[in-house]
Amino acid sequence: MAAECRAGSNEVFETHLMADQIIVAPDLPGANPTKKPVIRLENVFKTYDLGEVQVQALRGVSLEIYEGEFVAVMGPSGSGKSTIMNILGCLDRPTKGRYFLDGVDVSGMSKTELARIRNRKLGFVFQQFNLLSRTSALENVELPTVYAGIGPEERTKRAMEALTRVGLAQRAGHHPSQLSGGQQQRVAIARGLVNRPSILLADEPTGNLDSRTSVEIMDILQTLNNEQGITIVLVTHEPDIAQYAKRNLLFRDGKLKRDILVQDRLVAQEVLKTLPTVEQQAAEDAEEENQRQAKNDTLA
Amino acid sequence: MNTFRLALRALSRNKMRSALTMLGIIIGVGAVIAVVSIGQGAQYIVQQGIQAMGTNAVFISAGSNRAGGVRQGYGGVKTLTMDDLNAILQEIPLIKEASPALSSRQQVVYGNQNWNTQITGITPNYFEIRTWPVQAGSAFSDEEVDIAANVCVLGTTVEKILFVDENPIGKTIRIGNLPFRVDGVLESKGQNVTGQDQDDVIFAPYTTVQRKISGITWLQFIAASAVSQEASVAAVAPITSLLRERHRIRNGDDDDFLIRTQADIADLQNQTQSTMTYLLGGIASVSLLVGGIGIMNIMLVSVTERTREIGVRMAVGATEDDVRRQFLVEAVTLSMMGGFIGIILGLVGSALISNLLGWPTLISGKAIIAAVIFSAAVGIFFGYYPAHKAAQLDPIEALRYE
Repeated sequence: MAAECRAGSNEVFETHLMADQIIVAPDLPGANPTKKPVIRLENVFKTYDLGEVQVQALRGVSLEIYEGEFVAVMGPSGSGKSTIMNILGCLDRPTKGRYFLDGVDVSGMSKTELARIRNRKLGFVFQQFNLLSRTSALENVELPTVYAGIGPEERTKRAMEALTRVGLAQRAGHHPSQLSGGQQQRVAIARGLVNRPSILLADEPTGNLDSRTSVEIMDILQTLNNEQGITIVLVTHEPDIAQYAKRNLLFRDGKLKRDILVQDRLVAQEVLKTLPTVEQQAAEDAEEENQRQAKNDTLA
Repeated sequence: MNTFRLALRALSRNKMRSALTMLGIIIGVGAVIAVVSIGQGAQYIVQQGIQAMGTNAVFISAGSNRAGGVRQGYGGVKTLTMDDLNAILQEIPLIKEASPALSSRQQVVYGNQNWNTQITGITPNYFEIRTWPVQAGSAFSDEEVDIAANVCVLGTTVEKILFVDENPIGKTIRIGNLPFRVDGVLESKGQNVTGQDQDDVIFAPYTTVQRKISGITWLQFIAASAVSQEASVAAVAPITSLLRERHRIRNGDDDDFLIRTQADIADLQNQTQSTMTYLLGGIASVSLLVGGIGIMNIMLVSVTERTREIGVRMAVGATEDDVRRQFLVEAVTLSMMGGFIGIILGLVGSALISNLLGWPTLISGKAIIAAVIFSAAVGIFFGYYPAHKAAQLDPIEALRYE
């Protein structure tokens, strides 16, 4: 059962688990037909009209995601994974087919209605963090509450709660320029959580982070998912990251090719223990440098 | 207000840029306020000057020339006479005093000084009507008027030119070719409202001027004073009908005379000044326009730079209206802050200049309110297009923007 996992390659997704089958494991909520899905796509098509050419980004995608799931969406460029995320995130509407969010059909809603839905039900985390510069972490986290029409005291309270959940309460007054990449992404996650949404949507959340920080972020996401039951859907092209999720959706050419449960799921807490800390890393680097110098000296 | 504070936060993220953007509005508003305030100070001074001419005065000039200001009708209409004057005094009790006036330009000689000036024939009550006292010597008498004596009273300009440092009282000058004795010198009146030197004049009995100098029998104007300021205004109608009757003017024809009261002159001056002031103010407002264009430019740049930010705001729930409102409020905040600073600078500037000129500093409440409204309007008008552009951004594209 060799998984061809070449990092960075687009051919990564052909795991030999079970070809072309949708697997629903018994412990997933989907096994119980009376439970309603948080996300339901019904035969969704998305076509972009570029004048002469029409691009079919999604060709008849149907799927269901239940509360408490942790789903990773993968696929090469042009597979439709970005489009799916845009539709799930109510930033775009399907050309055909329907999208039910929390049981409500949002496919035909106006831009303004969609904005309200995004505000109340969705949290976003981006690869490039997208925090407002020259603004404190607290004010950044408050942003969604501003558009929810919440008063100033309540806003601050909720923002501090969210920051506490990601462990950054003491950095509430810092500006993004004063925060590390990992800390900035944590602020972004707090922002995504501040309005207590049903779903957290993350677009390559670890794309701009180093290995150790990436795992730390996955740790936070797993904790949120395990302890608070927040549904998480993330897009990634790194199979390692996908292994932290519980379920993987593989897209290709605008269709959902594989829907699999993750075997040998990675637990971030465990992985962190095996990774060197910053100090250990520094010591390792120093040691490497010494060895190289020694080799050069002997050669000379 | 909340949105206002948010706008201030956004603007303070780039203080330098915000300050430079406001500069156009500051200069525009400051200039308008300063110009209007100084203009009003000037107006006040002129009004004071007009008051000094005598508030109950009524001036009747021959000729129906209605082209602004008080013109002493030189020639043309020959119908105004002493009989008219006497009739006015007799039949219109509102009029207390009246003096005839007719002028002629003559060469005047004293010793080896000569000058060309206006010789105006009057009766001595003219000085009282015009509140123009004699500062040296005395005015000629009514008896001297009766006998058409060759006597005169000098204005200070003429005195300085002919007599330099000498005492003119009792000396003889030549007007035209006739000898005249100088009886007195008038106080200085300075320039009149149209900029002419009022002291460049010689007064003599009207009888003398009529018979010996100009040879005309009619009058160029009548200077009268009414019993009160209200009376001066009320007298216009009866004088008009009296003269029309005497001059046998038919219904529908124009008057062959022109009556001006003090109030008229004051009004006219006021109007002219106002027009000037507001014209200058209007020109200064052009810089307001330029300031507005500056705001629009900067807001457009700002929108482009903040495309990502707008995408994020939309992603977390900002509607088109929210985004449009945000940028509009930022633009209006910029323009109104600029407006307030401009008002303060304008007032300070006008105070400085007024002080320098010795004018009173008058603050025009109307101009300030107009400036506030204009700043807001400029912000809304020039901020609308960038705000609209921002609102129309597609969130997906915006989030991808580099």
